Amino acid sequence: MFAYIVRRLALMLVTLIGISIIIFVLLRVVPGNIVDILFDAAGFVDPTDKANLEKELGLNLPIWQQYLNWIGGLLHGDLGYSYVSEKPALQEILPRIPITARLAALALLFSASIGIPLGVISAVHQGSRLDYALRIVSLSGLSLPSFWLGLLILMASVSLFGSMPIYNPNPKTWTEAIAIYAVPAMAVGFRSAALTMRITRSSMLEILRQDYIRTARAKGASETSVNYRHALKNAILPVITVIGIEAAFLIGGLIVTETVFNIPGVARFLVEALRWRDYPIVQNLVMLIAVVVVVANFTVDMLYAAIDPRIRYGD
Amino acid sequence: MGINSLATINFDSELRRAGAYSTHGWRRLLFLAQRYMLGTIGLVIMVMFVWMAISADLICRYDPLSVDSAQRLAAPSARHWMGTDSFGRDVWSRIVHGARVSLAVGIGATALGSSLGVLVGLASGYLSGWVDLVFQRITDILQALPLLVLALVMTAALGPSLPNVIIAIAIPLIPTVARVIRANTLALRELPFVEAAKSIGMSETRIAFRHVLPNTLAPLIVLATAQLGSTILTEASLSFLGLGIPEPYPSWGRMLSESAAEYVRTAPWLVIFPGVAISLAVFGTNLFGDALRDILDPRQRG
Repeated sequence: MFAYIVRRLALMLVTLIGISIIIFVLLRVVPGNIVDILFDAAGFVDPTDKANLEKELGLNLPIWQQYLNWIGGLLHGDLGYSYVSEKPALQEILPRIPITARLAALALLFSASIGIPLGVISAVHQGSRLDYALRIVSLSGLSLPSFWLGLLILMASVSLFGSMPIYNPNPKTWTEAIAIYAVPAMAVGFRSAALTMRITRSSMLEILRQDYIRTARAKGASETSVNYRHALKNAILPVITVIGIEAAFLIGGLIVTETVFNIPGVARFLVEALRWRDYPIVQNLVMLIAVVVVVANFTVDMLYAAIDPRIRYGD
Repeated sequence: MGINSLATINFDSELRRAGAYSTHGWRRLLFLAQRYMLGTIGLVIMVMFVWMAISADLICRYDPLSVDSAQRLAAPSARHWMGTDSFGRDVWSRIVHGARVSLAVGIGATALGSSLGVLVGLASGYLSGWVDLVFQRITDILQALPLLVLALVMTAALGPSLPNVIIAIAIPLIPTVARVIRANTLALRELPFVEAAKSIGMSETRIAFRHVLPNTLAPLIVLATAQLGSTILTEASLSFLGLGIPEPYPSWGRMLSESAAEYVRTAPWLVIFPGVAISLAVFGTNLFGDALRDILDPRQRG
């Protein structure tokens, strides 16, 4: 087990280094850096001014040296400076993380509390009209773009209350807090809820066919006991994987939803930074996302072993 | 049902109901269409969008790009079924022509991503050794970033254009396909028919493409159909964020771009119709993909 963990951690490191190289190179093949954009906007180019600015930003160095400077800084907790605001990147990124983290946590909570029970109901009533309806709902959940869902929610809120929820870092009332956080979280979480439901359903169906379920029934266990105590307990493993992976991949939905609801989180910040070619922000944000994904995958695998004693990681 | 009814089961009609007699041609198709009702509906939706994309110029009365300042933000009417946008362009024409962009990106990215994934997967599973090791690490790296994030960074790097959007969405699709093909190849490699091919002196490449690849087609088709929906969604998201298909091409996602939040109050048709188009197209491919999975890959049946 220990050897397995060490090997996994080493592979995680390799993956992260690989991502850092790919992102760094990708951003540098862009024709035109921030200096070009700034000078284009100014309308004239004085070559010495341009060279000075490039030197100040370190863009005149060979690419491998720029890369090593970045990684060296990262290891010291120095993320460089944002080209746009000229503030330290860390200062720009850190305060935005809790906003996105809160949204993501709420979205996951929503998707698990809706998706798992509906998936169980759907599986227990397999082939019924209810099952059919629930399957169509979950499939449509996977088909609706979350930004459109967000826009529809805004539209409904305008026609019902005459106003849209506007982001405010310190909500005064409970209803305001719900409007600001829970509503966008539902827009993001709808997709994961649908996915969770699908996985729960197919996992439950597989378990419900097992012999020990029949034994439990033959013993005279009640339907609720069979479905929830015997079946769901075993069916939950793949569901945990999906929720774990979704936790990391939620970021895609968060990017568009934060844009729709105008929430100043870290996900929307990535899009803003990309538009401005603000390399220090983009590369650090991408690394942050990669770390979250890699750690989430690792945690899910470890959780697996902790929950199910049959799973032991050997070689 | 009592004992009597048990004795009078009509095996013939039961077998007919299970499709045992409709094994060929139209009868088989008709049987499958009845058996997989939702999948058929999905197929009909997909065919509808393909038809829209092909005959876009015949369907619409207006040029999707022509600006008419007298008709700005007109509500849906007999002249403009789905109203007009802030430039006075006909929304229905733009949606019909948008099907071209959506399908081009969807089919293009899925085809490109799947073919590259097949090559990587075959090489990885068939050659094993260090090739496998290197490809495995690359797939790990590509899988550590969510589809939209990788596609966003790539379109930003390559610049917004139709081919670049296709490439940016195709690359993140490679790992999933490669993994499935690799696993299948590893299993197939051990089977007697591959050994037989080897023993009569067939070259490794020929075995890989003539014997191993055709046997991985079913899971590949299932996977590609499932990915078609997510490529369409990703293109819509990229264009929505303003980093996808550039103006003036009519893209559904672009039509909903950030300014749409302003029109939520004043021109809801600009928000509703493009979203319906995206959702319906993706819903259709998902329905069809589910049925296809049930038919081609019964082990995964839910």
